Amino acid sequence: MTPDVITVTHGVVGYDGRPVLRDVSLTVTTGEVVALLGANGSGKSTLIRAVLGLVPLTAGTVTLFGQPARRFRQWHRIGYVPQRLGAGSGVPATVAEVVASGRLARRGVLRPPGRADRAAVAEALHAVGLADRANDPVATLSGGQQQRTLIARALAGQPELLVLDEPTAGVDAASQEAFAGALRAFADGGGTVLLVAHELGPLRPLISRAVVVHQGVIAHDGAVPDPAGHHAAPDHDHVHPHGPEEPAGLWSTR
Amino acid sequence: MSLFQYEYMQHALLSALIIGLAAPALGIYLVQRRLALIGDGIGHVALTGVGAGLLFGTSPVIMAVIAAVVGAVAIELIRERGRTSGDLALALLFYGGIAGGVVLVGLSDSTSANLNAYLFGALTTTHREDLITIAVLGAAVLIAMIGLRPALFAVCHDEEYARVSGLPVRALNLLLAVTTAVTVTIAMRAVGVLLISALMVVPVATAQQVTRGFRATMAAAMALGLFAAGAGIWMAAVADTAPGASVVVLAIGSFVAVTLLVAGWRRIRRTRPAPAPAPEPHEVVLGGS
Repeated sequence: MTPDVITVTHGVVGYDGRPVLRDVSLTVTTGEVVALLGANGSGKSTLIRAVLGLVPLTAGTVTLFGQPARRFRQWHRIGYVPQRLGAGSGVPATVAEVVASGRLARRGVLRPPGRADRAAVAEALHAVGLADRANDPVATLSGGQQQRTLIARALAGQPELLVLDEPTAGVDAASQEAFAGALRAFADGGGTVLLVAHELGPLRPLISRAVVVHQGVIAHDGAVPDPAGHHAAPDHDHVHPHGPEEPAGLWSTR
Repeated sequence: MSLFQYEYMQHALLSALIIGLAAPALGIYLVQRRLALIGDGIGHVALTGVGAGLLFGTSPVIMAVIAAVVGAVAIELIRERGRTSGDLALALLFYGGIAGGVVLVGLSDSTSANLNAYLFGALTTTHREDLITIAVLGAAVLIAMIGLRPALFAVCHDEEYARVSGLPVRALNLLLAVTTAVTVTIAMRAVGVLLISALMVVPVATAQQVTRGFRATMAAAMALGLFAAGAGIWMAAVADTAPGASVVVLAIGSFVAVTLLVAGWRRIRRTRPAPAPAPEPHEVVLGGS
């Protein structure tokens, strides 16, 4: 049996008393590439933010690499890719400087960067196809290239788990392909991936399991659903019973 | 130059140079996290400390350090809790700080000229002990800001990412707050509490117009701060102007000059054909392969 990387047990999250996640349980094991799918406002982003400890759980527990999240300290094992770079403040930063932040989880606050750090930054930039932009200001990059910068930042820390929040939303085709390639290399190296997506695009063949979040509960957990006909409509109601004898064809491609 | 043969002028110049170097090294982080005015707020709070020091006959500088550190930590904790009430909390600290300072100075026997020295800086008040304090604290600020640059950059650039990286985000934020308070207080004598914030922020604003990276911006801002402080004190000595105001006028002058140069250079470059940026679709929907 492969060890669990992420376990969420009966997780509940609410903002200002309004429940966003209601009793969510999810397990991600080593080597899996799990896509969290769902409509806007379904709670899928909240779920990964709860996993990372960025929003507190009202009830339930999260464990990371077998440790309760509260006591988890091995943050270098996790690479986080947020939805987008925060609004620029005007102080310029080069692509390499942003990516170098990814080494801090491994290096710590006090140690100055060394040769291994520079090598990891260069390798991560190469993996996302931005090696030639290393010394350009991040603000001059396209949205897709900025997204790749954030993925390189996460990869630079050489994590075992990548957590990505809508990595392909509003990203140009070239960047989507570069991103899918980087993710494939990471997964082939034994890495575990949990990503939130609105639609999968070129990532689809990489996904080993899909979890559909709908109105704060998990509506589907299994093979990648095939959005077709009325299922593809964004307002389609994904609620249906799920169990071992779930009929194939409704959600699964087989 | 003859004025600089006096020891107090040498002290004033040296302390201004240290502050000119340290203030932008800290200020770049404040600008990056959109807290450009925080130094001003902490300066106001420090004034209450000055007033308390003058009233109770203790060292105004030590009381100012205490008041500024308490104020800075309070601001940081308020910022961390809820962002919505942050600017209101800042306003309370600004006006509470300056009103408290003026009332306390008024209650003491000090003259308004004494208060002015703290508000806008005064050259003659920099003694040898002051210079040693400024040098030691200025060096501490510089070491922290340069030595912790990767971590402080990460926290100011993307606080959530820094949190997920396991960085001590709260400790680093509090370090920035305390460093701001220390910088404000050591700059109080040379530049004045009302103008120190300009020396933290204006050189950064000037530098970032021509630099491409964070590290380069920091270095350029420190060089500009050093220039403005040195030239400002010289101007104050020669033309008998207020030292703090002279430093800030020169810093703003550099900003305007660089802005005009950059604008002119862009205009020259625009006559040449620039490579067209590749258009990026707003959202691309790709079918499953």
